[in-house]
Amino acid sequence: MKTRPNYFAGIGSFVWLLIVAIPLYVMLSGTFQTREEFGDNGPLSLPTSFTLQNYVDAITSGFGRYFLNTVVVTVGVVAIVLLLVPPLSYAIVRSQSRAASFVFRFFLLGLAIPAQAVIVPVFYLINTVGLYDNLIGVILPTAAFALPICTLILSGTMRDITGELYEAMAMDGASPARAFFRLVLPLSKGGISTIAVFSALQAWNGFLFPLILTQSESTRVVTLGLFNFQTQYGINIPGLLAAVTLSMVPVLLVYLFARRALVQGLMGAGGK
Amino acid sequence: MTTLATRRQAAPGGSTPSRPARSGASSVGRPGFAWALPATIFFALFALVPLAAVAVLSFTSWSGLGDPEFVGLENWKTLIADPVMAKSLWLSLLFIVLGVVTQTPLSILLGVWAAGNQRNRAVLSAIYFIPLLLSSAAISVLWRALLDPNFGIPGQLSWLFGDGNLLGSQSGAIGVLIFVGMWQFTPFHTLIYQGAAKGIPNVLYQAASIDGAGMVRQFFSITLPQLRNTAITSIILMVVGGLTTFETVLILTNGGPGTDTTITAFYMYQEAFQSFDFGVGSAIALVLVVVATLISLVVVKVSGYDKMNSSLEGL
Repeated sequence: MKTRPNYFAGIGSFVWLLIVAIPLYVMLSGTFQTREEFGDNGPLSLPTSFTLQNYVDAITSGFGRYFLNTVVVTVGVVAIVLLLVPPLSYAIVRSQSRAASFVFRFFLLGLAIPAQAVIVPVFYLINTVGLYDNLIGVILPTAAFALPICTLILSGTMRDITGELYEAMAMDGASPARAFFRLVLPLSKGGISTIAVFSALQAWNGFLFPLILTQSESTRVVTLGLFNFQTQYGINIPGLLAAVTLSMVPVLLVYLFARRALVQGLMGAGGK
Repeated sequence: MTTLATRRQAAPGGSTPSRPARSGASSVGRPGFAWALPATIFFALFALVPLAAVAVLSFTSWSGLGDPEFVGLENWKTLIADPVMAKSLWLSLLFIVLGVVTQTPLSILLGVWAAGNQRNRAVLSAIYFIPLLLSSAAISVLWRALLDPNFGIPGQLSWLFGDGNLLGSQSGAIGVLIFVGMWQFTPFHTLIYQGAAKGIPNVLYQAASIDGAGMVRQFFSITLPQLRNTAITSIILMVVGGLTTFETVLILTNGGPGTDTTITAFYMYQEAFQSFDFGVGSAIALVLVVVATLISLVVVKVSGYDKMNSSLEGL
């Protein structure tokens, strides 16, 4: 397998490539056609004209606002994750207390708590503290649910820092805080960028919390905008496709720059 | 307990004189529990306290306005007698099984292939990865548009799809949801199999070649057994993912036709946030929690991940 090409899997992977790529092609080519043309020629045909009107329509029907809201949510979530996860992972990896290993199990169990399962009390909680229909009310639970997987990824990275390095720091009589800022943080840059990208992706694509916890146009995020578009636009398929394409542009840009961090992190999720 | 503590205290001052210095050294970077506290409290507030609250709420009647009112086992009686609840559990099971059966063989093949060193592998893997980046909402809207009976692909390929209204029949709607799940999540599982397949020692294959084992034989006798733990992880993730599929159902089928794709997670949403029956919704949510927790306990047990030192296989 490692030395000879695997033709069987190779052919299979080519078939799968078509299954992945054809819908993406239809999506893109559809966005550049007029409604009439798209309806007449069918989705699989080659485009015969070119228009940007669908994008203009999508943007003028509120997408700018939705993007801004999603950016706010994403930045907020990433900030909380970056603030909370590194100290937590540090404690899990280096502390020898029973409490730390208990906390680790607690977060592992948290991996399996589906957001749907707690959405009713979260709705109650957010309502009670007056954060309903406020982006902060979306940020907090989204960040909380990003913690378990980010902790898993980052503690995996931190575990690779060898004991000798800590001992070297001990020669200078360093405190845990000093070891954290001078040793642990610099050496886990890779893991930290992975969790940043990963939590950003989760926040950007989040749907359930915004659906339940916001209501008005002014707090609508991109994913909900798409959902609303579908009911409003109905049969304007090129318009819908343009909205879908717009929603993925920022993610694709991040992917271009941070592909390594993301892929390695996800590989680690199963390979570790 | 006492003996352990005394032994620990006794050791440094005891027989080996070098111990005090070493224990001093390794205590650097031994942070106190306080380092874990902020994250733990935050997580407890939004995930664990609500988990306890959902259990309490399942014994109440609450419409979202005013305060929940205690009704005892009323909601549970309602659910046990509710044919839609029973059907939703059956549908969830069907979804999970069909998801695992369609995604596992495909992602093992693709993952093993992507772990090899074909020249165009990197480019293809990058394209495979794209569906994983898109939100479930975007994917569902995209596929709904692509499958539109009048303007979508089925209309154009009517020789293949008949009248083209795939989402109008139960088998069609379930088929679409399974296919879209496969389209969306195969890249992720491919990736974890790729990571694991890369870690299989090359020596095994060399030894097998010397023994005259062909490629197919090598795949079944070496690759598959070596991927066993990864497969467990991957399948568990598929199960939890299938159990909690929500946006896809809401956007693609809205639970229909009728209640033919109303899986449990979606039914919870309908009961709580569309019928404003938060008590019954909480009871359904609790069922989800119990199932998901059981699954996670199985993962932790089977993979041995809780021993905190596994760095090769399992979750």
